[in-house]
Parts: sequence; C-alpha cells; structure tokens
Amino acid sequence: MKVLVPVKRVIDYNVKVKVKADGSGVDLANVKMSMNPFDEIAVEEAIRLKESGVATEVVVVSIGEKKSTDTLRSAMAMGADRAILITTDQGVDIEPLAVAKLLKAVIDEEAPELVIAGKQAIDNDMNATGQMLAALLGWGQATFASELKVEDGAAVVTREVDGGLQTISVKLPAIVTADLRLNEPRYASLPNIMKAKKKPLEEKSADDFGVDITARHTIVTTEEPGTRQAGIMVGSVDELIAKLKEGGLV
Amino acid sequence: MAVLCLADVSDGALALDATSKAITASTKLGDVTVLVCGPQAAADAAAKIAGVNKVLCADDAAYAHGLAENIAALIVGLADDFTHITAPSTTTAKNVLPRVAALLDVMVLPDVIEVIDADTFKRPIYAGNAVQTVKTTDAVKVITFRTSTFDLAADGGSAAVEATSGAGDAGLSSYVSDEVATSDRPELTSAGVVVSGGRGVGSEEDFALIEKLADKLGGAVGASRAAVDSGYAANDMQVGQTGKVVAPDLYVAIGISGAIQHLAGMKDSKVIVAINKDEEAPIFQVADFGLKADLFQAVPELIEKL
Repeated sequence: MKVLVPVKRVIDYNVKVKVKADGSGVDLANVKMSMNPFDEIAVEEAIRLKESGVATEVVVVSIGEKKSTDTLRSAMAMGADRAILITTDQGVDIEPLAVAKLLKAVIDEEAPELVIAGKQAIDNDMNATGQMLAALLGWGQATFASELKVEDGAAVVTREVDGGLQTISVKLPAIVTADLRLNEPRYASLPNIMKAKKKPLEEKSADDFGVDITARHTIVTTEEPGTRQAGIMVGSVDELIAKLKEGGLV
Repeated sequence: MAVLCLADVSDGALALDATSKAITASTKLGDVTVLVCGPQAAADAAAKIAGVNKVLCADDAAYAHGLAENIAALIVGLADDFTHITAPSTTTAKNVLPRVAALLDVMVLPDVIEVIDADTFKRPIYAGNAVQTVKTTDAVKVITFRTSTFDLAADGGSAAVEATSGAGDAGLSSYVSDEVATSDRPELTSAGVVVSGGRGVGSEEDFALIEKLADKLGGAVGASRAAVDSGYAANDMQVGQTGKVVAPDLYVAIGISGAIQHLAGMKDSKVIVAINKDEEAPIFQVADFGLKADLFQAVPELIEKL
C-alpha cells in the first residue's frame, strides 16, 4: 500500500510571530522555518505503517517555494521514500482549495491508498486541506486522528472530538488528518539525514497540472490582536479571595 | 441574503450554547435557516432561538454521528437557496464545512471572530498572534464562527420546523463508537468558570487538585497544551489555538506559563487569575489578578477558604 503525505513549510512553532507595521502581513524575513508540526506527526504515522509492514512506500509532497525542498528532505530523513515538490509563484501561503486541487492531480497519477495529512497548518490555521482533498477525490475522511489502524480495506480511526473520542471506519482509499496525540515524531539521525540527500526528489511546476489555483480570498489587512492590560499582583490567597469577592466572582 | 446555519447536535440533543452563538453571528448576514441533523426534539429546541426564520430537520441515521461525507452531501443539496453557509467552530463543523466548500468549489473561512460585511470577515492566524481581515470573491461563503466572541441569541423564537432529506448514507464511512468523557461539570466552552492546569501541575495524579478547585467553583476543567502533551490531562480539555477557545467570566490558570498558543484560547475571558511560582511567567501579563506562589500550597488553601 502506498501512503502519501502532504507537508508544508511554515514558520517554526517556537518563533514569536511579528506583524508588519504596514498591515501587509507577518514578517517572515530571516525567520526560522520548519515542517508544520501536525505534518511531522503525519509523516511519522506513515513511516510507522511502513515499518509494521502495512505500507510499502511513503511519498511526501510539498507545494510552495523552492525552499520547501528542505522540508521534503527532513521528511525523507525521518524515513519517507521519495518526494515531489510542486513550485508555484503564489508566495508562501497558498489557499487550501488550491492545494487540494494540486494534490488531487498528484494523487490521480500516484494512486495512493491512504493520504495522511496534518489537521492544520500553524500559519494560516485553516484546518481545511484534508477535508477539501477528500471532497475533490470523492473519498471518505477521518479528521483529527489520535489512533489509526488499517484493516480489511478500511482505516479505523479514533478521532479527537469535542467532549471525547469518536471511532469511525473509513473505506480505503481515504484521507486521515493527524491530531497531536497520534504519535510522537522521531528525530532524524545524522546517517539518515545524509541518506535523505540521495533519495529521489521530483520537481514540478503548478502550471504543469492545468488546474485553476487563483486565490479566492483577498487579504485586506493583517493586524496585531487586541492586547490585554496586565492587572495587579496579589500577595496572598486571602487577598486573592477578597478581590474575587469584590468582583462578585465567588 | 439567506444563511444556512448548521446546528451542532451532540448525542441527539441540540448543543444550545454553540448553536445559539453561531446564530447571533449569522443574523448579521441575513435571514437564518437552521439545519438540524438530528431528531425532532433537537429541531424544536433550535426553533425557539430568537432570530431563526426556519428550521430544517434531517432526522436520518446517516446524519446522526456527524459523518462528514453524508452531511456535506446533504448541505450541498440545499446550498442553492443560500448566500452563506455557517456553523459554530466545533469539531463537527470543522470536519464537515471544508468538505462542503470544496464540493461547491469555494474557499472556507474558518474561526471567524468578526463580521465586517457580507463578504469581509476577521479571523485569527498564527495561533492568534495576528488577525487577518479577509474579503472573499466566492459566490457562496462558507464560514465557521468562533463562538467565544459572539453573544448568546435570546430565546423566544417560534420558527417553523420542516423535514428535509438528502441522499442518506454515501457508504464511505461508518460510525463505530463514542468514548464520551462523562462529567457532572459544565461543558468547557460554555462554562462560566474555567480552572486550567499546566505543566507546573507535574503529574496526572496532581491534576486532581485542579479538578477539586473547579468543583469548588462550579466550573469546568481545562489544561494547557503542555499538560496534555505530558499526559496529565485529556486532549479534549486543551485550551488554546489547537484546542478549545473559551471566554468564561472567571478563568483560573494554575501552573501555566502562558505560551502564546494558550493565550489565544483564553484571553477573551472576563477576569483572569494566574497562580504561578515564576513571576516572569507571561501569563501574568494578561492576568487581572496574579499570585506568585507554589500551587501545591496556594491551591489547597484556596479550596479550603472559598
């Protein structure tokens, strides 16, 4: 079984994001970039499926700037077998609908039986690509997965939902999106990082696919969120209780 | 303009808080029709919310467990009559609405916090570190609303309830089981008081202290992502950009440093109390009342004296 994992290059999750003063966006110059953390979990899950003999090949795909090569090499250093890079001239943030259309085109050629994606990218926080891709392919979807088992032509997935967990069974081929607790991604070892440099990476242009990826959203402005004023420090539990009583909160 | 708002239904009952707040947001866009995927009683409950024009009730086992393939097809079948398709930002809607959008060949606008006009909206990005104003060119706008930023709609509505149906089961996925955390505590996203614990709590056993204080205050229990990652608390308790967004009257953060991703989930709370032994913790910059103390001394004292 072939497993395909889309990965996105985003601002590292440890970096403090700065909004540009002119409202044109977030400052990405000289900022550390990494693989989207949820995509890392997706890559790890695919590799584990291969290690347990369920999957035969793990293909990673990234869409964006040429620099996304780094992200694909990281995924291959973790254990993915080969990579496909689709370059576009749309800058760093391509809308999930456009990404889903390009991924559909790749999937039509590659014919994987399972796609594991991160549940959301930590830059635009859209939480949409997996669901949109499933819609375009006419496949079933299991989002926010915390456990994945492949059995009898189906993915049995436990999902993180409001109020608890839900388990569903989705016929393959299907899309699964990874939530935090699905696994803990491994660190790539140095020998594996070296090996990853020799793994195949195919580069394509978004124009090759003939799909309409025109942006539907216009970003009017990007601003700092409203800030909250710091209050006061209290010296003791008694003082805290007194303050809460004053405010009618307890 | 006409809005189709997907109600949140949990275990056959209307999730009133989330649905009502999404209706408040939806009424800013036009006449609101609510779609209830559940039994008649849930539809009747939705009809009583003020501002609702009509309720469509799809009472079919295929729609009972929030399966995205079935519900998305149902919504697409109804979409012709509407300019906007909305829902509260619950896990069900986050699962279903992007699928609806792609089937309609439009983008989705998730977690909207403010409606500017019929096609312009504000939404947080980068875990709430920035807020984007987005204008869409799509003919149909598919939106989920972050409920904590909208008020409850009044009750006293008397909308007509009509049955509706779609193709039913698409045969792509099936429901297996639920593991619902049963609790006498209020629901996290609608509770008036939330007590949350972070990495500072130190262990799953000691998290009982957080629960005890929550019970004393009649509140819900939350956790930071660090506490969830460390296995002290369940993921459905996670407050933050990747978890739940809450805005209670009183939020008590215990042993939580205040990472940006956590602040994004609670900074709209009316009053924030922080207890942390590190006076440099960023949580104190957003707290109304901060107490620099060892939580293992302060929290038992608080429980005793309240």
